[in-house]
Amino acid sequence: MAEKEYAYFSGCSLEGTAKEYDESLRVVMKALGVNLVEPDDWSCCGSTPAHTVDHVFAAALAARNLCLVEKMNKEVLTTPCPSCLMAFKKAQYNMSRDDAFKGEVNELLDEAYNCGVESKSSLQIIYEDIGLDAIAARVTHIMPDLKVAPYYGCILSRPPEIAQFDDPENPVSMDKVLTAAGIDVRDFAFKMECCGAAFGVPKQEMVNRLSAKVLEMALDAGANCIAVACPLCQQNLDLRQEQVNKTMGSNFNIPIIYFTQLMGLAYGFSPKELGMDKVIVSADKITRRITKEEYAKIKEEEAAAKKPQKAKKEAAAEETNN
Amino acid sequence: MDTINLSEKTDWAFIEEVKKESGQNPSLCYQCGNCTAGCPYTQYFDYPVSVIMRLLQSGQKETILTSKAIWLCATCETCTTRCPCEVDVTHIMDTLRIMARREGKVSEKDIQLFYDSFLDSMKKHGRIFEMGILMGYKFKSGHLMGDAELGPKVMSRGKISLFPKTIKGADKVAQIFNRFQEKAKKHG
Repeated sequence: MAEKEYAYFSGCSLEGTAKEYDESLRVVMKALGVNLVEPDDWSCCGSTPAHTVDHVFAAALAARNLCLVEKMNKEVLTTPCPSCLMAFKKAQYNMSRDDAFKGEVNELLDEAYNCGVESKSSLQIIYEDIGLDAIAARVTHIMPDLKVAPYYGCILSRPPEIAQFDDPENPVSMDKVLTAAGIDVRDFAFKMECCGAAFGVPKQEMVNRLSAKVLEMALDAGANCIAVACPLCQQNLDLRQEQVNKTMGSNFNIPIIYFTQLMGLAYGFSPKELGMDKVIVSADKITRRITKEEYAKIKEEEAAAKKPQKAKKEAAAEETNN
Repeated sequence: MDTINLSEKTDWAFIEEVKKESGQNPSLCYQCGNCTAGCPYTQYFDYPVSVIMRLLQSGQKETILTSKAIWLCATCETCTTRCPCEVDVTHIMDTLRIMARREGKVSEKDIQLFYDSFLDSMKKHGRIFEMGILMGYKFKSGHLMGDAELGPKVMSRGKISLFPKTIKGADKVAQIFNRFQEKAKKHG
């Protein structure tokens, strides 16, 4: 496999409360032959708070980083965090379409940004650039007890004109990536419903109520785990799950696992390497693994055991017909 | 349901200001209600997003800028995605928040304090220091015990740092803040 290389922006959350997302993504990307290069001395993208102050200011905070990537002579930047992604994509979109806006942003920067960097989510890189065949080829283990609801969050594919990825109402990229990794994926009606986003601290109860809907719908879909691609979704659903139970009088106990952690488990990496010990609701009980070969053997035996039954049934049916 | 007071005269200058700052045309909205139907926060809003759009069309500046709705919007982009008239409703909500901030009319003080605490941390360190934001918010808002039970959960798993990490170019980031503030002062 030819090595691929991208500029990589982990973002602030992935150095803190979402460490396991960074750890698992790096492990999986390496296994898939992708090299990630961090821009030197990157800064915060500005996230939600910056665009409540001013749009030029918000774009400048994002563009400082895009400028660093430009200097690395890289044309594509990948980030696992949807909030960073949206900050970069909006800066790029507005600056490349509006010269006056671009000028105003560049006035706030030390070095002008020339709009030469395209930002893509790490999910997009895995889905489009690596592809389902390569994802499937690396699988070594099957998790027979695991049933996953893939949860995309609000902004991975929205708004469509800016996101330029997957479907804005019914995205399927994570469903397909996890299925290729041998994971049982359930149809999930709330795959884009908002978890409460950045309001966890100032509006805890509201966030708990919104998160509860997502958790409940995942259970209704027959899942015992939710796969996520966003640090904020993970935090609201996992770290705050006990709060949700207190607020709602519920009894949820659903592991919330980054899709990259699940891929890593299917690739045979140890739970420790993938930061599985960092999630609050443990996934130990549902992530029992057997090798792909063992799994194939079990399936064969099951099929063989069914055959005589089927033959018997057919014979019986024939007798009744006669 | 609340009665909305429309007796306030139509503020045409306000409508023009929103048009100019957002690059959007609020007149295109024909009140289909698709945005409100999809809004995950509508039950918490004082005015549903489609009503905000209607108030905007009728230039009800004060009602809009002091509303809770503009601050409880999470920028989830559902309204923008579904608007049949292709109005970027999310961007209008964002623009209204900015204007409310500028005019000192923010109704949801805790949300503003949280965002400010976030930006303070960014200006100081170049990156976000999660513990610092939380402590900053707690002291400023007076909600000292909020989320206290989460502390041990993140600390025992090594997910939160007790000390900030300041990047080399933190001063460059602070300069972006300073240049913006100077510019904002100049333009009043």
